[in-house]
Amino acid sequence: MNNAEEKLVFERPRSLTDAHTHYCPGCTHGIAHRLVAEALDELGLRERTLGIAPVGCAVLAYYYFNVDMAEAAHGRAPAMATGMKRANPDKILFTYQGDGDLAAIGAGEIVHAAGRGENITVIFINNAIYGMTGGQMAPTTLEGQKTTSSPMGRDISIAGHPLRMSELLATLDGAAYVARGSLHDPKHIRRAKKAILTAFKVQQAGLGFSMVELLSACGTNWKMDPVEALGWIKDNMVPYFPLGDYKVTDAVKNL
Amino acid sequence: MARELWKGNEALAEASVRAGLVAYFGYPITPQTELLEYLSLRMVKLGRAFLQAESELAAINMVYGAACTGVRVMTSSSSPGISLMQEGLSYIAASEVPVVLVDIMRGGPGLGNIQPSQGDYFQVTRAAGHGDFHPLVLAPATVQEAVDLVYLAFDLAEKYRTIVIVVADGNIGQMMEPAEMPPMRKVKKDRPDWALTGADGREHRIITSLELGAERLEALNLRLQKKIARIRQAEVRYQEHKVEDADILIAAFGTMGRISQTAAEMARAKGIKAGVFRPISLFPFPDERLEELSRQVSRILVVEMNAGQMLDDVRLAVGKDFPVEFYGRMGGVVPLPDDVLEVVERIGAELNDEQR
Amino acid sequence: MAKGRIVIDEGRCKGCELCISVCPPEILVVSSRLNERGYLAVEVMDMDRCTGCSLCAVICPDVCITVYRQVPARSR
Repeated sequence: MNNAEEKLVFERPRSLTDAHTHYCPGCTHGIAHRLVAEALDELGLRERTLGIAPVGCAVLAYYYFNVDMAEAAHGRAPAMATGMKRANPDKILFTYQGDGDLAAIGAGEIVHAAGRGENITVIFINNAIYGMTGGQMAPTTLEGQKTTSSPMGRDISIAGHPLRMSELLATLDGAAYVARGSLHDPKHIRRAKKAILTAFKVQQAGLGFSMVELLSACGTNWKMDPVEALGWIKDNMVPYFPLGDYKVTDAVKNL
Repeated sequence: MARELWKGNEALAEASVRAGLVAYFGYPITPQTELLEYLSLRMVKLGRAFLQAESELAAINMVYGAACTGVRVMTSSSSPGISLMQEGLSYIAASEVPVVLVDIMRGGPGLGNIQPSQGDYFQVTRAAGHGDFHPLVLAPATVQEAVDLVYLAFDLAEKYRTIVIVVADGNIGQMMEPAEMPPMRKVKKDRPDWALTGADGREHRIITSLELGAERLEALNLRLQKKIARIRQAEVRYQEHKVEDADILIAAFGTMGRISQTAAEMARAKGIKAGVFRPISLFPFPDERLEELSRQVSRILVVEMNAGQMLDDVRLAVGKDFPVEFYGRMGGVVPLPDDVLEVVERIGAELNDEQR
Repeated sequence: MAKGRIVIDEGRCKGCELCISVCPPEILVVSSRLNERGYLAVEVMDMDRCTGCSLCAVICPDVCITVYRQVPARSR
């Protein structure tokens, strides 16, 4: 191999700190963090980015992202990001929120941030369960899915139907880009990365609200090993939460 | 600047603009709404941030976000709206970011009504949210004082990295009086060294109210308590009216302080030596001065538009052996000077009987 | 077949085995070494068969894999 040289093709992005995460083995939060960090690196945005961590398993995300970060109250990240962005239009703002945070307690804030066309980027982690509090039913828990607060499986007659947030938010005129991806295999992880890149480009161009929903695993609370959990996303979540772009305005298409 | 006729809410808004307000987030609620309406035009014309939020909950969290970046930011509301803001206020207090809040109190509890009230003394001085903290609370009695205090509030909020609440009842928010506006300050360009501005050429910064370790959370609390102690030391404000020779001291804040002053004059015309002690800072409460005054007066009468809330602070200041009387109306009823005079006269008669 | 090399930051590895599940030449295994945080870290059994495809790194939730690939040398 005299005529070959070794090239670095994959390394830890600068927008992540060196901190070890507290996430369980196989938790896809780590993948989502990395994709966001890579996007910030590639677009050269790290130095002017402000992030908002949620309440939930990613509550300590501010230790992992190498950007200025604040910690929001449960569900209020879009409001906090709105305040930051309005007072600092030159900054890049992202929130990182789980399904309990975004689709339950923060449903009001996310709808209005999207409706206003708030020029922020939302990374929405949907793992169909409350992770940090120990596996309770989430607004995205599937029918029949057993959780510690739906021990017989989610009963639609009691708890109603799971919310499809990307579909819901895509109906709002202020939403410029809304996409749902999945982290269950490398092919989909690469697609999710592209969506995240697009979302930040939308914000850079000032086109309005952008959100990328990521179907994610919670092996611990689903009571599965990491590999099994990724399979569960593919077999159970993807059919109910179909993947793809839900809102791509003409301005976004022309980016 | 000449004296002009200003409506309280609008005067508060203009004074905040002049203090260098960068961003306002609020939600309509009577009797505070004119403040929001005024800024919806004024801020936008100046190219500054104004946003009508979807709720008080969202408004206070927008304020929290902007405050994390070290800019001058405020919101305003009235009693039920402040209840919704308590979540955000607690996070803001723990995160130690400067925020100014104007509370134009109305009758409660519940939806209550839109009449003036002082029923939220406990809420602003004691219970602005969960956990151990006290905002710095300033209570104006006139439109001019409202202007001066809100102008000062931004400096105090930054100095102590704390929440400053300017609390007034609906009377002050709604009435028109002559007031002189302070000079227009430039919006500060530089940001404090804790602010989130982007990790450009420095370590990334974190603003959080979460401390998982018990000792670390205790350390945060001790820091907050130290700050509160400094505020107690340096930020006590009050006004006195004819207390030097007073026999009966009326203690009242805001609108009631002003009505009590008229009542005291009426009492003096009838030969009763009455004076007025009006706390301007409700937190820190001027307890030392009140204790001092209790040694020279025979009786203290606390007058409030509530069931007796500042009354607790007065009793704590003067001790259980000193005779403290209370007169209060609720539900948005504003006592007239005559009503207060009647109580003062009764106390005066009792004092005369005791001396015989 | 492309030739590659990976470096696993063993101290970061939580032994979740997702990398093992996606490695096309199946050269990754769980080692018998406990790292300082008590996890059995993953190691490469046969580096010669690594193609530098990066799938392991793409799926690694703990970003503990660095990937190198041999490319034709650029003319100077």
